[in-house]
Amino acid sequence: LGVSEINQNTWDDLEALLVQADLGIETSTDVIRALKQVVVENGLTRSEELSQVLKQELLNRLLPIPEPVLPDQKPLVILMVGVNGSGKTTTAAKLGKQFANQGKKVLLAAADTYRAAAVDQLQVWGERLNLPVVAGQPGGDPGAVAFDAIQSAAARGFDYVIVDTAGRLHTRYNLMEELKKVYRVSGKALSGAPHAVWLVLDATTGQNALQQAKAFKEAVQVTGIILSKLDSSARGGMAFAIQKTLGLPILYAGLGEKPEDLEHFDREAFVNGIFHN
Amino acid sequence: MFDNLSGRFNEIFQQLRRRGKLSEADVDAVLREVRLALLEADVHYSVVKSFVTRVRERAVGHEVSKALNPAQQVIKIVHEELINTLGEPDRLNLSGPKPRVVMMVGLQGAGKTTATAKLAKILRSQGERVLLVAADPYRPAAVKQLQTLGQQIGVDVYTREGVKPPDLAAQAFDMAQKSGVSAMVIDTAGRSQLDDALMQELQAIARRVPVNETLLTVDSMIGQEALHIAEGFRDSVKLTGLVLTKMDGDSRGGAAISIRSVTGVPIKYLGTGEGLDALESFDPRRLASRILGM
Ligand SMILES: Nc1nc2c(ncn2[C@@H]2O[C@H](COP(=O)(O)OP(=O)(O)OP(=O)(O)O)[C@@H](O)[C@H]2O)c(=O)[nH]1
Ligand SMILES: Nc1nc2c(ncn2[C@@H]2O[C@H](COP(=O)(O)OP(=O)(O)OP(=O)(O)O)[C@@H](O)[C@H]2O)c(=O)[nH]1
Ligand SMILES: [K+]
Ligand SMILES: [Mg+2]
Ligand SMILES: [Mg+2]
Repeated sequence: LGVSEINQNTWDDLEALLVQADLGIETSTDVIRALKQVVVENGLTRSEELSQVLKQELLNRLLPIPEPVLPDQKPLVILMVGVNGSGKTTTAAKLGKQFANQGKKVLLAAADTYRAAAVDQLQVWGERLNLPVVAGQPGGDPGAVAFDAIQSAAARGFDYVIVDTAGRLHTRYNLMEELKKVYRVSGKALSGAPHAVWLVLDATTGQNALQQAKAFKEAVQVTGIILSKLDSSARGGMAFAIQKTLGLPILYAGLGEKPEDLEHFDREAFVNGIFHN
Repeated sequence: MFDNLSGRFNEIFQQLRRRGKLSEADVDAVLREVRLALLEADVHYSVVKSFVTRVRERAVGHEVSKALNPAQQVIKIVHEELINTLGEPDRLNLSGPKPRVVMMVGLQGAGKTTATAKLAKILRSQGERVLLVAADPYRPAAVKQLQTLGQQIGVDVYTREGVKPPDLAAQAFDMAQKSGVSAMVIDTAGRSQLDDALMQELQAIARRVPVNETLLTVDSMIGQEALHIAEGFRDSVKLTGLVLTKMDGDSRGGAAISIRSVTGVPIKYLGTGEGLDALESFDPRRLASRILGM
């Protein structure tokens, strides 16, 4: 936003900025409408006064969640879900490392028995991070892997079980049914499980992200979002529509491929990233 | 979403019934909706802008045909322009001395490794002798993933632990040449266009082996950044084609327009599933309708 009088150009530039950050035209229009009101109410005339107002407006649209609120359960079961390639397996490993650093005993469950070498991928992470992995046979039943992992974690006094599931497009009926089964079977292994269902969304995703979040929430009661690949040049603006429409908190940001590249979602940093990238 | 948009267009169709030449008002009424449809499909903001301007220029003053009402006429022009932008589906360029080399590049998780195996399967069915090259030493079990897929389709996979991708590609090429391989597909690691070291690695591979085709593999669910990402890859390596993956979902795939507009490289394949047969050539008409949401 340049340094000048606020005029139609200012609003056009603002729309360009927001749409290009993947907020979508609907949310962008909504944000601009809100800003126009602030401008009138506060008698603002200079475009440089807008930046602060815009920043605040965007911040207001994101839930302040400094730490994910997790129930006091042992073991606590977290189910990782999402479309193909979004970053589930890597994020599962990163989370495992974070919890282990807090002194917790973490078990990883490789319940992606479908994709080539998905189990190997999680096992490599397990070796690198020194975390045990329960794995099934390629082509085996993912529900059974989750079940075994949860039972064995309960028996061996683990604090966390992180269940990695296969990527699936939210439009694939059978695969979503399979995921529901993993969810149900987890509850059979341990009443109340899974205690958290985290949807891993690739921050480079555009408007389809909302459909993804809707479908996964409907299928398996997603409780929070992890925005992966925020280190990319994309800005992840679809988070606003997801927050608004589904009320789901953004819990973590994935910021790279290394195990330490996971941070609690920081609204300020996220909103700043929309301005300067 | 789809019904919605068709509905919106229909409403405009109802309103505009006049015959004769298309007026500015006719055209603008339709183009407002077209603009929204393209933005909702993730076509880049700037690309939408120039596209709408282009259509407007072409449409205003255009004779309304007998069979169509003014709105339908504008939509027809929009559709034609979209199809022109998308271009014809293009085949792989497999000319020149053997082995011919195809290199897959793109962001993390886009679908490169899967597309590598799918492509190998197609090439082999066309009678090529194919070798896959596992040039992703970074992602955990990336090599194993390609080996597993290679096994499933019965195609050899070249791997060497601890060898850097440019050296690995050169070694694989030597071996391929000696053993009568006619096509070699290199699977590279996912990378950001902003990662200088990794972009230089791609350049180094291209210096070591004669690359026929460098295919940018892009997730069809990608948003506005598709444009800058494609520009970034184009500026580092000579892109020759685009593979748009995960088209079996309900993404509209507007990135195809953005990428095509800025790089001019043809769309060569669509990925339409996780299975190794799910690689198709594309129909510009169908893709244009999908992007428009009609
Ligand atoms: N730059 C970046 N890359 C990431 C991030 N998270 C994951 N990746 C990369 O994205 C690619 C896909 O990650 P995976 O963890 O395999 O994704 P997934 O969702 O498990 O994939 P499927 O199981 O095949 O559906 C890998 O190359 C990861 O290294 C991130 O936060 N930043
Ligand atoms: N539904 C669907 N899934 C696909 C398609 N292409 C690839 N996938 C899936 O997307 C995920 C990522 O695919 P990969 O081939 O591992 O992607 P990649 O680009 O090699 O990932 P990195 O090497 O980590 O950068 C896997 O779960 C694939 O099965 C497709 O066309 N449709
Ligand atoms: K970013
Ligand atoms: Mg995975
Ligand atoms: Mg790969």
